[in-house]
Amino acid sequence: MLQIGLIGFTTPIVLFGLLALPFIWRLLRAVPPPAARRHFPPVALLVGLQDAERLPDTSPLWLRLLRICAVGLAILGLAGPVFNAQDQADQDSGVPALVLIDGGWASSADWEQRLNKAEEVLEELGRSGRVASFALIADQKAFGVEFRGADDWQAELSGLSPMPWEPDFKGVSAGVEAGLPTKLDSFWISDGLQSDDKSELARLLAERGNVTVYESGAAVMALRRPEREAGSARVRVSRSSVEGEAVALIDAFGSDASGIERRLETATAEFADQDAEAVAEFSLPTEVLNRISRFELRNPRSAGAVILAADSVSRKKVALLERDGTDGASALLSPYHYLRQALETKVELISISSGNNLSTNPDVVISADTPILSRQETESLFKWLNDGGVLIRFAGPRLAAETAMRDVEDPLLPVRIRPGLTAVGGALSWERPKRIAPFRKVSPFFGLEVPSDVEIRTQVLAQPGPELSDRVIAELNDGTPLATAKAVGQGRVVLFHISADAEWSNLPLSGLFVDILERLAIASKSNQDALPADAEKLDWTLDQRVTAFGEVRTADGVTTMPGERIARLTSSRDVPPGLYSSGPVSTAVHVIEETRELKPAEWPAEISRRGFAFLGTIQAAGLILALAALMFAADIVATLRLTGAAFGFRTAMLAVAFIFAFGAERGSADDAFAIAATGETTIAYVLTGDAETDRMSAAGLAGLAAVLRVRTAVEIADSAPIDIEHDELVFFPLIYWPVTPSHAELSVETFERVNEYMRNGGMILFDTKDSDVGGFQIGTDNSDALRRMGEHLEIPALERLRQGHLLSRSYYLLSEFPGRHSGAVWVEASVETGSPQTPWASGTKNDGVTPVVVGGNDWAAAWAVGKDAAALFPGGQGETGESRRENALRFGVNLVMLALTGSYKSAQFHSDAILERLGS
Amino acid sequence: MKSDQKRAHELAARAARAAAALPPLATRRFVAATTMHLGSLGRRRKGSGDEFWQIRAAREGDPRRLIDWRRSARADTHFVREMELTAPGRVLFWADKSASMSFSSGKYRSKADRARLIVLATAMLLDRAEEHFGLFEGAEAPGTGRARLERMALELLSSDENEYGMPPLPSLASGILVYVSDFLGPWQSIANAVKSASAAGLYGALVQVLDPEEQSFPYAGRTEFRSMNGSIRFETLGARGLREQYLASLERRKADVAALAKNAGWRSMFHGTADSASSAVAALHRVLADGK
Repeated sequence: MLQIGLIGFTTPIVLFGLLALPFIWRLLRAVPPPAARRHFPPVALLVGLQDAERLPDTSPLWLRLLRICAVGLAILGLAGPVFNAQDQADQDSGVPALVLIDGGWASSADWEQRLNKAEEVLEELGRSGRVASFALIADQKAFGVEFRGADDWQAELSGLSPMPWEPDFKGVSAGVEAGLPTKLDSFWISDGLQSDDKSELARLLAERGNVTVYESGAAVMALRRPEREAGSARVRVSRSSVEGEAVALIDAFGSDASGIERRLETATAEFADQDAEAVAEFSLPTEVLNRISRFELRNPRSAGAVILAADSVSRKKVALLERDGTDGASALLSPYHYLRQALETKVELISISSGNNLSTNPDVVISADTPILSRQETESLFKWLNDGGVLIRFAGPRLAAETAMRDVEDPLLPVRIRPGLTAVGGALSWERPKRIAPFRKVSPFFGLEVPSDVEIRTQVLAQPGPELSDRVIAELNDGTPLATAKAVGQGRVVLFHISADAEWSNLPLSGLFVDILERLAIASKSNQDALPADAEKLDWTLDQRVTAFGEVRTADGVTTMPGERIARLTSSRDVPPGLYSSGPVSTAVHVIEETRELKPAEWPAEISRRGFAFLGTIQAAGLILALAALMFAADIVATLRLTGAAFGFRTAMLAVAFIFAFGAERGSADDAFAIAATGETTIAYVLTGDAETDRMSAAGLAGLAAVLRVRTAVEIADSAPIDIEHDELVFFPLIYWPVTPSHAELSVETFERVNEYMRNGGMILFDTKDSDVGGFQIGTDNSDALRRMGEHLEIPALERLRQGHLLSRSYYLLSEFPGRHSGAVWVEASVETGSPQTPWASGTKNDGVTPVVVGGNDWAAAWAVGKDAAALFPGGQGETGESRRENALRFGVNLVMLALTGSYKSAQFHSDAILERLGS
Repeated sequence: MKSDQKRAHELAARAARAAAALPPLATRRFVAATTMHLGSLGRRRKGSGDEFWQIRAAREGDPRRLIDWRRSARADTHFVREMELTAPGRVLFWADKSASMSFSSGKYRSKADRARLIVLATAMLLDRAEEHFGLFEGAEAPGTGRARLERMALELLSSDENEYGMPPLPSLASGILVYVSDFLGPWQSIANAVKSASAAGLYGALVQVLDPEEQSFPYAGRTEFRSMNGSIRFETLGARGLREQYLASLERRKADVAALAKNAGWRSMFHGTADSASSAVAALHRVLADGK
């Protein structure tokens, strides 16, 4: 092996060929180019003419240069050049090698690169025939040593994945001391974070031989536990490198008003130069803040970039304000009975006798018609409210009597109460008991189902006033308030205009009462950081786990953990990160310790460090030979051109021009796309990257379009493929989306655009094509992908598509909605209207047209026709198959009709009801 | 077949454009004993003849030379004297279809295409004057009319395999012959055809069409020149050095063509495909038109 600087040659003898170049130069000079051949009709006139110059023409200089370069490169290539050749001299092939990957949470951001690096190192070792041992430090229980041929290890690399905890360097250090040979070269692919154990291991390895460390140099970022303040949540982001400015995007996820998990808010944390920490602030209404279930750092993803917000880290403390022995009633008659029943399992209940005594620091105080007596008590409660407490009061005879005497607003009541009670539905009354009206969107109870059998018989009324309507959070069907609330400082006071027992209404007997109280209690501030004092004694179950790549998964199987492990709140090999619960209490175990500082690793001086980008040895022979071949090809083209066969040159120029034009065309291509999409009504299908699926989508939509043209007034273009990442969606009334696993990895921006599309009246037909395999509920790869997409998409609550839905009547009357399969189809849940003719309507958004239709019936295949307009797939056996295909087409027709006509069809459908309403 | 129709239409459209600016082409009459139509019958309509047919008011577009000044002097308006059509003039075209004519240096259409265009455009002008026209080698005797024009366009599109075109001998007893070719073929056959036609008392015109490259010879380096079908080859080591000699040789051929026409009492013209077709049509019009 010959080594010149960074370039080495494996067979340097071939380089002598370079000596022949001058000779080849002469040779090339002497060979004239072949005659150009031309058609030339007046050739007859030429016959007999004498050539003026008789000397042979020489090749043009540039052609000779091109050829000599090609020959030179071919010689170089054959000599086997190796760039960046390792100094093989000081790598003794007798010394065993140790290859280490940290493999902790901080390694996950560029895991592929790390594996590639390891493979490269092992390959290099294998080439020099060395034995090696390999270890993923984070996955090593006790470090065992096994030396094998280095290439043996390569096969095992592909299955490795990082672990969501800190690597255990101590274990490896122990292993190294115990069982490794004294002479050893190490290659360490490190995550770049500093820890004392790591330095120790580095020192041990350096004593034994050369150590090479590979680090990406990219900053590692991690989120810290969020801090709640009034009206906002603050999340700190740490980074390992303090160089330069950076902006981190942090998403807050949680359930929305209808209970579906989605991104609630995004905030940015800006690092100034030399900042190791930045803060992202989420300023949101308290209800929304309380719904946040986790924060995620968008980039880089890792287990450290996810922090689960265990908002119920400790049980909320709810104090019941009970005067001792107020009326000596038995426990069953106590107005607190139902409150206790409702709250017992969910919160920590205490009983206080006076508002003065708030030293127990409850989160919520509930008063069930217990009068607040002294001025001092009022002041003490008021102060506590200001600091973020929640006071919930229930009306009762005493409250009614007490307020009757007042003429100023009670600071501990949200509204002024009119003297006296209003009782309805009694034996001597013509009126019927009142019911609770559905909760409005602004209400904290929005989304709760109101049972139809809840009746309110007695209530206290509020004095009408300008501020009243803002304070009502729940009302009865006649518009009188059921519950009112007022903010006091950072806390609030809530008044139920009914009693807490079953005297005035049967609400306390219903499930709604529990839900209402739960919502109110959760809306109170919580004491985040503390674990219950007895945490170590409890057994904890893992509910959600966080993978090393920062994905949150429902934990599979039950993992029970003794409390002393949880108490550290930091993950390790034994305690995977995630959300743990023990009864009503839950807590999050995070991947890094709160006190852990993220710092770039410091290595002893004798250790050589390398980055990932600078790849090791490059076998350049192939590259150079390819270049030589390319030049020979250019030579052929040039020669052809010289001899007049112009086509070769022109074709080449065309190819080159095409390549350049393609890059430049993107801008105008957008316009062309828009024009093509809007020139005719077009249904789009989402490209999956799988040629077969895409072909099927195109054929399916073409088949549907043909049927629409024949049977209906709808004239649509065949279909348009769209790239969901880049193309504009707004042009299409309907998008057919065959879901494949790759779609789950789409960017957040893409999902945002899809959401925007659905919000503004677009309709998407998601087809998982797997009804025959799993049904919608049982996971296949596709439905799993759809489910993961659902985390980002604003898919409304769904219901099973049934006969009678608008979609079953928009053109044909359908009772089933098959494609090639005949599984369930899901659409946006309909809303009850209360009218007997049309007992329900499709959702309220988008004109009552469902923005999504979800199913797995593989409609495209059922619709698909070939070039000869014959169906591509049988719908099933014989006659049945044909009728199923017919039904599939009818479903398609209905779908397109609905997408195109929207509320018009809906209005027609409801015309009976509308006419009746107009008539009356 | 369909594409032939299409090409014929396209050719006709281009010919119509080339002819658009020119007046109808009534051919000149020749007094030659052999071609005299003795006792020719009046055809009872206006046309080119010697008998008076009618006097009519002059319309816009009538050439000034047609105005009957004596008649006009007796009135305030101008009058035109029209003659009775006796016998139509007859023009027979030969558009060279040989392989040699299919040459094009790339920038312009082939010589054959230009030849067709010139022939068809001229025929259109003749048709407007109700003169008869036809093709050598054509299936029909000379005639007139739109349908005839269309058939002619189709016929013109054919080509043959010959290396160079040989001007055919005329089968007409009277009329005008128009040969459109590059006249690069064997000289003897060209000269024979023209001489025998002239001897038969026919008038005619030679239109030589050449491609710009044929006129400039912009070649260099080692080159093998071949005729279109490859039957004649000539290789040179330095094409540039041949240029002067070639151009001289070409000039000789052009001069030969001109001399041949002159000796026969015919007209000759030269046309490069780089020029517009209408210039050639106009020149041909001048040569053929009734000189009265």
